[in-house]
Amino acid sequence: MLKNRIIPCLDVKNGRVVKGINFIDLKDAGDPVEQAKIYSDGGADEICFLDITASNENRDTIYDVVKETSKKCFVPLTVGGGVRNIEDINKLLNCGADKVSINTAAVENSKVVIDSSKKFGSQCIVVAIDAKKNGDKWEVFTHGGRNNSGINALEYAEQMEKNGAGELLVTSMDRDGTQAGYDIDLMSKISSKVNIPVIASGGVGNLDHLVDGIKLGKASAVLAASIFHYGKHSIKEAKDYLDSKGIPVRI
Amino acid sequence: MKVTIVDYNSGNISSVINSFKEVAKDKANIEVSSVLDKIKSSDKVILPGQGSFKNCIEALKKINGLTDTLNEFVISKKKPVLGICVGLQMFADIGYEETKTNGLGWISGNVSKIDNQNGKYKLPHIGWNQIEIVKNSKIFKDIENKSHMYFVHSYEFIPEDKNVISATTEYSSNIVCSVEKENIFGTQFHPEKSDKLGLKMIDNFLRL
Repeated sequence: MLKNRIIPCLDVKNGRVVKGINFIDLKDAGDPVEQAKIYSDGGADEICFLDITASNENRDTIYDVVKETSKKCFVPLTVGGGVRNIEDINKLLNCGADKVSINTAAVENSKVVIDSSKKFGSQCIVVAIDAKKNGDKWEVFTHGGRNNSGINALEYAEQMEKNGAGELLVTSMDRDGTQAGYDIDLMSKISSKVNIPVIASGGVGNLDHLVDGIKLGKASAVLAASIFHYGKHSIKEAKDYLDSKGIPVRI
Repeated sequence: MKVTIVDYNSGNISSVINSFKEVAKDKANIEVSSVLDKIKSSDKVILPGQGSFKNCIEALKKINGLTDTLNEFVISKKKPVLGICVGLQMFADIGYEETKTNGLGWISGNVSKIDNQNGKYKLPHIGWNQIEIVKNSKIFKDIENKSHMYFVHSYEFIPEDKNVISATTEYSSNIVCSVEKENIFGTQFHPEKSDKLGLKMIDNFLRL
């Protein structure tokens, strides 16, 4: 039986973890490689890096991080943030990323998803959708949530599936950072609309939110950042909890 | 021992390289190459594969003499080969992804799209699924039945001779996820991404 996945996400800036696990035995709390290793040893089903490096001159730092992580973690590694074109995707994959998530570039130029999924295979192309509710629909935002594209998120999700995306990483901007739980309505609507797996993101504050994301939001995988940081919950606790609620997980 | 990971531009093989190097350490020398002489002089070969069946076969054929060299290595010399994902699928006679394409024909059968029961099941089949070991395969030594392995695929290999099947996995239907025929080994899942148990399987293959 296919298991639902738990994916911890680490925000990386200039090659350093911005928020992270705050374990006392950690040699270097800002080292993304060390943190990713803790997650994978703890049973994370995949690891996700979101590169939030703002300046162009420090862009290359993520490549070294990916290179080192892929030599130490043997679970799938997804890398996103600032991916603009096929060349960026190629570079990340060559460094050892297994999947690349594309956000703004997928909105601005549909060829990026079409061409990259043909070239590298759909299995490594994740389209990240940042959606915000406006009236009775959701709109797709780009540039880290700063720009409203005005595009209907549900229609966009369908289009991205057609363009060759292997998975959709859906983040509710209304919920992101609030710890109030996923936008279940958004997740379940997108998940029902497409035939590719949906990864729910944005808003997790407790373990019940993970359960809701899968049971009610119909997500195949749940991504969370802050609840796994600062040692609030371990991956194992999350998995045991999901298991106790009847959700199939890899234990 | 010399083990060559065949690099024929089949997409992303860095994870395969990293995992084999991690396991091999001093036990084996891991080469990554498409140079025919290097393949010929290897003791074992890894055939990775990502993307579509058609693209992988085309990429293989683009390298002059590569399929002949692999045929000789596997069929005449009977040296061990491990196919991963589309690498395994290419063992088949025919693949139906994008268009009908001839495979390597090492194990009779075809590669068809997984029947997802009219959209009831998501495709690709992505994530951790349990394997049902149906045959005592050398690469499963010390790997328990129902272990979790990482999958990413939309097509499945359907071999004619069911005796080659060493493991299956349950999704929308029962999917063949590992085969063994004499010196030919293949997994539909990705041992290189399947954490400690995947590395154990790689170790088993290197110890053959």
